[in-house]
Amino acid sequence: MSDGDDASSAESTPANDGTRFDRLPATADERVVEGRPTREEVLDWWDERFAIPPETFDGHTFWERGSGKIWAFADDVDSPVAVEGLGLAFLRTRREHWKPTLEAVQRFGDSADECVIYLSREAAATFVAGDDQELDWDGDWGYLIVATEIAGESEPVGVGLYVHGELRSQVPKGRRREL
Amino acid sequence: MDVLERYESLVDDFDAFRAACDRPLPSVVRVNTLKTTVERAKAALTEADIAHEPVGWHDGLFALPDDQPGTNWPYVLGWIHGQEEVSAVPAAVLDPQPGERVWDACAAPGSKTTQLAALMDDRGLLVATDNNLGRISALRSNAERAGATNVAVTHEDARNHSLKPFRAPDSDVREGAPYDRALVDVPCSCEGTIRKNPDALDDWELDHVEGISGVQKGVLRRAIQTTREGGTVVYSTCTFAPEENEAVLDHALAEEACELVEFDLPLDSTPGVTEWQDERFDDSVERAKRIYPHHNDTGGFFCAKLEVTAE
Repeated sequence: MSDGDDASSAESTPANDGTRFDRLPATADERVVEGRPTREEVLDWWDERFAIPPETFDGHTFWERGSGKIWAFADDVDSPVAVEGLGLAFLRTRREHWKPTLEAVQRFGDSADECVIYLSREAAATFVAGDDQELDWDGDWGYLIVATEIAGESEPVGVGLYVHGELRSQVPKGRRREL
Repeated sequence: MDVLERYESLVDDFDAFRAACDRPLPSVVRVNTLKTTVERAKAALTEADIAHEPVGWHDGLFALPDDQPGTNWPYVLGWIHGQEEVSAVPAAVLDPQPGERVWDACAAPGSKTTQLAALMDDRGLLVATDNNLGRISALRSNAERAGATNVAVTHEDARNHSLKPFRAPDSDVREGAPYDRALVDVPCSCEGTIRKNPDALDDWELDHVEGISGVQKGVLRRAIQTTREGGTVVYSTCTFAPEENEAVLDHALAEEACELVEFDLPLDSTPGVTEWQDERFDDSVERAKRIYPHHNDTGGFFCAKLEVTAE
């Protein structure tokens, strides 16, 4: 077994080891593992897609485990680390369109100003049940934060995929509820 | 056999104790302050037309006399978590602070882990350990639903817990720093859960109590070893058996650098017992607290607070 430090030849690029958590490099200059997103890219993505300010994540370190599954962790430890969980799984990368998790959106989504679709309570219940629905939306297509009003304020509920006039529920099976 | 009868000599008003054990408990939820406030959670429960009553001693706990948690908006948003009332005691007694290093030694399915994360305001390191992958899956799911980002989950036997994964970045030291606090809420014979689960005592055997007591001793010792001098360890069970409670504390006091300390609890309780059958325990086990079902109309519980001392 070898790790990045043992790679001596120029053509040998360390691969992602999906069994452990590796801290994301701060910037592209520090990237060693091919295809691994950087902290800077992750912060930019949340900012550009949802207008969530980068400082929202000042207290968090970012880690990759599996292929492109990014976790946000409130502390810092030496990388890599082989444990079963490190903070909150909050973003899927290494695909054409990055996708936030329901948990990330519920936890950080109240800072979002863009790509947030506000649903009536009834439409939100349809979404939580895992059902798709036809809706008007004049913003960007793609992954949206789905919000509804609970106890007098708008609350982020989960992630929807908006394409062709349809909001497709991305609520994972284990999180669906008939309300 | 009638398991509870063996505790007749320990319990005041044994008839009231027996009667309480036969009564079911309402569902209780704890508000997850990582995602909302107690006031908003109450408003959301009211909005969903779910009757909820404060339990009295803890601001964030509500009994749901007519409902189960699970199919309502506050649950879907991760604002509430189903947790039996007395089960909220040990994390409150541990009293972890934001930024500390804390170990939850027997963490699954994660009710207490998420409560600890909320008490820490999601800052610092909270290591949550369990030895069963199926239960770890529930633990991870509950931690994520709570929106906790300071939880690191490890799959190992808590008796052999390693600090190696939690070294500081670029540290030359092989081990991570010791913990400030540890919660040792061990697997037990669960006698105190009879009101939630009437089948809890069907498979009760003295052999099991004595066997599991060995595991409990091992986990508590490891928690003391991995906690810094002056740090706090809380030991808890949901059972009445002195073999799993005072005897385990007595063993830790003899083998590790620690002492039992007094603590306040806003629930009625009785002191730990110093004698049981042919055994006599260290007098300081009286500082532990026994919570009986008939005292506060809750489940049964045992809780002790230890301070780690110099070798």
